[in-house]
Amino acid sequence: MPMVKIDGVEIEVPAGITVLQACEMAGVEIPRFCYHERLSIAGNCRMCLVEVKPGPPKPQASCALPVADKQEIFTTTPGVKKARNGVMEFLLINHPLDCPICDQGGECDLQDQAMAYGFDRSRYHENKRAVPDKELGPLVKTSMNRCIHCTRCIRFATEVAGVEELGATGRGESMEVTTYVEHALSTELSGNLVDLCPVGALTSKPYAYEARPWELRKTESIDALDALGANIRLDARDGKVMRVLPRLNEDVNEEWISDKTRHAIDGLRYQRLDRPYVRKAGKLVDATWSEAFAAIAAKLEGVDGKKVAAIAGDQCDAESMVALKDLMTALGSPNVDCRQDGAKLEAGVRSSYIFNAGIRGIDAADAVLFVGTDPRAESPVLNARLRKRYLSGRCTFASIGPAADFTYPVERLGAGPATLRDLVAGKLGFFEKFKAAKNPLIVVGMGALAREDGAAVLALVRELAEKVNAVRGDWNGLAILHTAAARVGGLDLGLVPGEGGRDVAGILAGCEKREIDVVYLLAADEIDTQKLGKAFVIYQGHHGDAGANRADVILPGAAYTEKPGTYVNTEGRVQLGQRAGYPPGEAREDWAILRALSERLGKTLPYDTLDQVRARLVAVNPSFAALDQQAAGLWGAFGKAGTVSDAPFTSPVANFYMTCPISRASRTMAECTASRRQLMAAE
Amino acid sequence: MAALDRAARSFLLTELVMGFALTFKYMFKAKVTVNYPYEKGPLGPRFRGEHALRRYPNGEERCIACKLCEAICPAQAITIEAEPRDDGSRRTTRYDIDMTKCIYCGFCQEACPVDAIVEGPNFEFSTETREELMYDKNKLLANGDRWEGEIAANLQADSAYR
Repeated sequence: MPMVKIDGVEIEVPAGITVLQACEMAGVEIPRFCYHERLSIAGNCRMCLVEVKPGPPKPQASCALPVADKQEIFTTTPGVKKARNGVMEFLLINHPLDCPICDQGGECDLQDQAMAYGFDRSRYHENKRAVPDKELGPLVKTSMNRCIHCTRCIRFATEVAGVEELGATGRGESMEVTTYVEHALSTELSGNLVDLCPVGALTSKPYAYEARPWELRKTESIDALDALGANIRLDARDGKVMRVLPRLNEDVNEEWISDKTRHAIDGLRYQRLDRPYVRKAGKLVDATWSEAFAAIAAKLEGVDGKKVAAIAGDQCDAESMVALKDLMTALGSPNVDCRQDGAKLEAGVRSSYIFNAGIRGIDAADAVLFVGTDPRAESPVLNARLRKRYLSGRCTFASIGPAADFTYPVERLGAGPATLRDLVAGKLGFFEKFKAAKNPLIVVGMGALAREDGAAVLALVRELAEKVNAVRGDWNGLAILHTAAARVGGLDLGLVPGEGGRDVAGILAGCEKREIDVVYLLAADEIDTQKLGKAFVIYQGHHGDAGANRADVILPGAAYTEKPGTYVNTEGRVQLGQRAGYPPGEAREDWAILRALSERLGKTLPYDTLDQVRARLVAVNPSFAALDQQAAGLWGAFGKAGTVSDAPFTSPVANFYMTCPISRASRTMAECTASRRQLMAAE
Repeated sequence: MAALDRAARSFLLTELVMGFALTFKYMFKAKVTVNYPYEKGPLGPRFRGEHALRRYPNGEERCIACKLCEAICPAQAITIEAEPRDDGSRRTTRYDIDMTKCIYCGFCQEACPVDAIVEGPNFEFSTETREELMYDKNKLLANGDRWEGEIAANLQADSAYR
């Protein structure tokens, strides 16, 4: 390991890193604009200049210079200071003085570094450069006069997002970042460009001029719009979530989040349920909580528990799900299900329904098989991680399922279960390649499991995993990619039909045949509400979507930003979300509603505080005790061997931007959908 | 000797006479009191009175919703909300000053990069109700229109020192 001397202090650093990284390890701050840990090195902003001995007698760009043994690095000499000062003056020559109207103001790298390393006046009196703004779609607003040509956006789009749509034309002062032919960006990660831009050239369009960073109250929370459980920061003003930013978590989302996670929050302002409603003479009428509870109690009076059913939705926190399950048990109902999409996953064996290898495991995989999934639509950030693995050059990819653009080359073996059967039988060439791999990874999507023959497909996948030695002591390559944030939590808590109970399809069939009288929908909107027939429907949720439309009693709940909640992501990682604001009007936290209702029904649930509910979670499943940890589940018997149909796998996510009540209510997401449709039509 | 001098002075009432003399002298000097409200005293160009939002000569409002005045206000008397106007420019949709909170420190006009919010020369804005002292954007812009002449002259007079 090389020994280097930074500002007179000796430090041993790993070989192969750059001088800038070595300085960072030594705790010496180096200003930079173009350098970013997760992007390739460009070395074009020249802000990170340092003096190096031995070396040429001029300052060196530390981000692009590898460390060498016995190197001496100086970061505070007058020469370095003068060099940084000069670079800053050059950068500011063409940078407009519009900080007061710039949305980056207050969190701008250029502002901060001009304060710290810049000169206090300009000597440039000529005209500044003027650059036409570009149109990059409904999420990214451009103000290209402010661009300092760091090329972070270009590198992000090309390397991480995998869409080679951004580039630069011209050189020197006439350089312009552009999409060449004007069109909206086609990536689901475009919001990250705004975070990456060190100046105000790329800013968030939906958030334009809404708030200043110093006005916002920051809450560290967890995203519930997809199953990845990205770590996010909710920035709220006056209890209203203004924006969502990613939070660093190397094991989950690194520092990226998808556009839906970031921009669907305006859906939290529209279509909200802010008071209870009771259906009277065919119309939903405002009611008080006690009236709503009385209506439910009157209906449940004397109804056999077997005629009551409950379905938990896709964004429920574990607290409300355990309360629902306990309430149903108290009512004597075995008809509980959390698998709205009808996925044929069972609750018993944990390894059968989680992403066992972990998201970090992707970095170790060397052959990946996708079964019935389009990860780019189902979890774009996870797909970016897979792409990162592709870029390392040590991994091959194949897919059985919908034809999709993964943003990296994937060999498409076939469309449906027949191909999978052939692969398991070793009839396809890919089988040998897969078997030879050290860490094979099988990513199974809901497109393969949420169908009639899902259990048989799961059994086939299990057989394949064992045949290719994907399940060993140190590696479990079976990876279930969920689409709902609540699914793993629900399965962990056992929200599946009990003995003699009905699953979602059974409940709906029962409703039509009038064998089910009362259905409790806990924010469940993705079912076919037409099939609820004449059943009495209680809907508890936060948005007036499909479920509320059909409901007989509506209990207003809280969205994921408005309650402290526990979520389990697709890899089985238990994470805590925090409250950034309060639910509107009369709406309350979901577990508390269920607790209050249970008391009215005379079946009081044995918990009064959030801590007690969380203790109950741990009692039901000890895995809830280990926060932010991931481990493969125990291997066991699961799936049900049987005949598979020939119908091809389809991705459950038809439109990435609208998958839940929140994103369906969001105007930004509607704009994104329209923009994407336009883009597809143009191609 | 000093005792004799003191006794003579007090016997001759010199101090009293000097006091009266001073009083009489002011009878022939110009009066300093003014007949307010018919007369008013002079105000410096830096006088910090009632707030106003100014416009450019073409009628465009100056304020660009940068929120620096809101940030610096030590009494937190200013509330601003902003959004893009139809032409895409950054404008306030709400600019409120709670005049009952304001301490007339003048930081807002110091912070303003476009000289939009100023404390004008008007100090006669007492009201009969508290509600009237909650100024909104229309009130402030109207103040600006009414006082623009004086405000512009004051800024001009002070410009050499800024």
